[in-house]
Amino acid sequence: MSESFEPVIIGFLCNWCAYAGGDLAGVSRLQYPPNMRAVRVMCSGMVHPDFVVDALTKGADGAIVMG
Amino acid sequence: MNVELLTLTDIIAVSGEAGDFTVNLKQNPRYIDMSKCIACGVCAEKCPKKVDDEFNMGTNKRKAAYIKYGQTVPLKYAIDPDACIYLTKGKCRACEKFCPTGAINFDDTPQFSTVNVGSVILAPGFAPFDPSVQDFYGYKKIPDVVTSLEYERYLSASGPFMGHLIRPSDEQEPQKIAWLQCVGSRNTNNCNNGYCSNVCCMYAIKQALVTAEHLHGDNVSQTIFNMDIRSHGKEFERYYENAIEQGVRFIKARPHSFMPGKNNRGVVMTYFTEEGEQTTEEFDMAVLSIGLEVPEDAGDLAAKFNIELDRYRFVKTTCFEPVNSSKDGVFVTGAFQGPKDIPQSVAEASSAAGEAAKLLVDAKGSLTKVKTYPDEKDISGKEPRIGVFVCSCGINIANVVDVNAVSEYAKTLPNVVHVENNLFTCSTDTQDLIAKTISEHDLNRIVVAACTPRTHEPLFQDTLREAGINAYLLEMANIRNHNSWVHQKEPEKATDKAKDQVRMAVARVARNTSLDRLSVSVVQKALVIGGGLSGMTSALGLADQGFETVLVEKSGRLGGNAWSLKSTWKGEPIRPMVRKLIEQVENHKRITVHTNAQVKTSGGSVGNFTGKIEVGGDNPREFEIQYGAAVVATGAHEYKPDEYLYGKDGRVMTHLEFDERIEKDAAQVTGADSIVFIQCVGSRDQERPYCSRVCCTHSVKTAIYLKEQNPDMTVTILHRDIRTYGAREDLYKQARDLGVLFVRYNPDRKPDVSKAGDDLIVTAYDPVLRDELKIHADYVALASAVVPNETKELVDLYKCGVNEDGFINEAHPKLRPVDMTVDGLFVAGLCNYPKPVDEAVSQAKAATARAGVLLARDVMQLDAVKSYVTEKCDGCGLCVDVCPYLAIQLEDYQRNGCKAKRIKTDPALCKGCGLCAATCPKEGVNIYGFTLDQIRAQVDAALML
Repeated sequence: MSESFEPVIIGFLCNWCAYAGGDLAGVSRLQYPPNMRAVRVMCSGMVHPDFVVDALTKGADGAIVMG
Repeated sequence: MNVELLTLTDIIAVSGEAGDFTVNLKQNPRYIDMSKCIACGVCAEKCPKKVDDEFNMGTNKRKAAYIKYGQTVPLKYAIDPDACIYLTKGKCRACEKFCPTGAINFDDTPQFSTVNVGSVILAPGFAPFDPSVQDFYGYKKIPDVVTSLEYERYLSASGPFMGHLIRPSDEQEPQKIAWLQCVGSRNTNNCNNGYCSNVCCMYAIKQALVTAEHLHGDNVSQTIFNMDIRSHGKEFERYYENAIEQGVRFIKARPHSFMPGKNNRGVVMTYFTEEGEQTTEEFDMAVLSIGLEVPEDAGDLAAKFNIELDRYRFVKTTCFEPVNSSKDGVFVTGAFQGPKDIPQSVAEASSAAGEAAKLLVDAKGSLTKVKTYPDEKDISGKEPRIGVFVCSCGINIANVVDVNAVSEYAKTLPNVVHVENNLFTCSTDTQDLIAKTISEHDLNRIVVAACTPRTHEPLFQDTLREAGINAYLLEMANIRNHNSWVHQKEPEKATDKAKDQVRMAVARVARNTSLDRLSVSVVQKALVIGGGLSGMTSALGLADQGFETVLVEKSGRLGGNAWSLKSTWKGEPIRPMVRKLIEQVENHKRITVHTNAQVKTSGGSVGNFTGKIEVGGDNPREFEIQYGAAVVATGAHEYKPDEYLYGKDGRVMTHLEFDERIEKDAAQVTGADSIVFIQCVGSRDQERPYCSRVCCTHSVKTAIYLKEQNPDMTVTILHRDIRTYGAREDLYKQARDLGVLFVRYNPDRKPDVSKAGDDLIVTAYDPVLRDELKIHADYVALASAVVPNETKELVDLYKCGVNEDGFINEAHPKLRPVDMTVDGLFVAGLCNYPKPVDEAVSQAKAATARAGVLLARDVMQLDAVKSYVTEKCDGCGLCVDVCPYLAIQLEDYQRNGCKAKRIKTDPALCKGCGLCAATCPKEGVNIYGFTLDQIRAQVDAALML
């Protein structure tokens, strides 16, 4: 793996907790790596397992479901 | 739109009467124009003046230009005039120089205004007790002695150390921590706070458990020094038991001397154990569990409104009107009424709102503002024409993300026909501009790349509606909170991410469709189940608000348990009040009472319930009713014990039976030589691991009565902890002063009641004397548990939630304490959890107010994000089982001439969580606004597919 490897991570964020947490991280200026691409959902239970499998097979380096 | 929020405002004077008050207000200058402030925080960043941060209890610094904390409402900065260098010394104005919107206004002056209102609610909150007045704790002298509120900030992720727990003396992780309960509470020696602050036991246990999660190592320990542990709230006893299991040490002692440890680190405490041994122990840190007091200026507030306060300066109220102050039309809620926890405060707030609204019934709706919008354009079948608005947010986004590059990039994306960059997309003039641009360019989808949809989506949705397109044709890309603010040091990567975010939003919005917010008509009638004190109070409240109300009582008469109670803990006689309440309920033109009646079936959902009522008795019949909301108040009953010779000897009685005996034969009972009370009979045990909340006060009150009637009588109360919370503590003190004996027992060594000849002998181990007591008793009163009435039928009817003990659950234990888990149903009284009369009345009034909000309108708007069936559904029914809201049913239908099955969703029950969509193996069910297609498009766009 080269040193410049920048993973692409698909994040599924529950609107009520993880997404709100992300907002608060912003207000608090907590710095973290810019590799995640967030998809806002109304509940982490909404995330069909196929989305995770699809993301990984289509080239994502990781998927994270936060709720 | 209908709430006007006036911050920094003092009340100057009040005149008038209930229904017509004139209140003079002084709004102090904020020095920042709220209409211009975008809460970017540049003023605070540039402000050179640092002062103690009061929100973090002075454990760190804030600036003179500040917000109190991240979630402040309204989210607008202010300048502290006592700290600001310019306002105190005439020089600086750094914030003014850097504010990107020109919001700083040093010429701001106090604004005086007058409001005319019908009722007033006072909610000034509490002030934490200042322990520095009690110098023996060493607070402010020993560095590692802190207050519980300071400690709370240490533990908090938004606190001074970002949730990394360290002690003040050396900034190292402490290992061994002690909590001291009742600092500034239950104390008339060093302060005048004789009352129990009600919340400290639970917050100390919570802090101890959270501490255990924060710290690492083998020597981590938490010790709570207490007089009694008062975990009398719902699920609190389990929490306490869990803490014991987790190894939190509970010691019944009050440490009396505090010395700093070696090198002024840690604290050495000396205390007497319950066995009477003096022990000295060193802790890394000590936390003072400080109590709740009435804030200093709340006294002035009371004086202005001319309301009476009690001896502790809390507002004087009665048990039957727990939110009414002594002045008509002035209501009180929260800790100003007495120390209390969140659920009780929230319930009481609803109750105060309901009482305040009652006075305004005639004026209802007369000042309500309603916004109107143009008709929506039909965009179905039209090619997406997407407009992208990239916000700079002053420099908040533009400083990190290259907004020009993002805008240029957006122009290259499919279906995008218009892109622009705004300094502040949320400002009023930009809003107008967006509306104009929508019609000029015939846009039918909008992407706003700015801040978070959680705060700004409603604003932009409104703009779309004003421009005549559907609110759901909007998508936001959060390039501020989720990007520029958190990737400040990586501008290039942040810009790349912003492009990705915009691309994802564009891909998604192209698939957005116009959605209709579902409107359902509301049957403006109420049902109340249960005719006890809570049920009757609810029915009366609903009827007084103008709603037709049906009250259904299972037994033959109204009143329930209240008939068995003589007086409230404040000494008010209960029965005359119950009689009056029954008379009011029975004679109210809008209340129909059915006794010997039960709800047999239930259909429909919030706003539109149907049900069948079955009436027994002399005139048995069945009929249908329709209602929009219901209050459930099915009550509880007294547990019948199977120990302590109960049922075998007539002198052993439950406390309600004992009350009855006193009433029937006062002379004989008060003439007795010795009476023993045994607490926690059937409560706080394996079968019922909850505290019944009312029994300690009840026994103490009865003991006082007996001692007052016959001072020579020996009255003994055998207890585990005395839980006379709040101002009830005065009763406990009074009982001790009168000579009532309190002996603590351990559940491992319970008292025993036996007979020696004809004599009743109570045997108990006294942990202080370290010996067994044999008490001759003329009567034994058992403080037996409060057991919820059978609710199985109700659960079957409404699919509502109950806890393990059979008490009906709330939608949220803290924030929605009277809403049930099913929309449109509200809960009050003992069926929710054991509670005394004042709290039952307060909860019933709160349920009334909450139901009233629902019933006040004849049409109810629901969100558009709901599940719907697609043609791929083959009726397998997997989703039916996973739906937490029971919003999905199977139905038969004709498919190509054959009988087939598919699901049918009920949008009134659906909350749009999408569990169904994630479960379905064949895309047979989808969620409006979050379709599988939309989410997939977003993921694909993220991966540049």
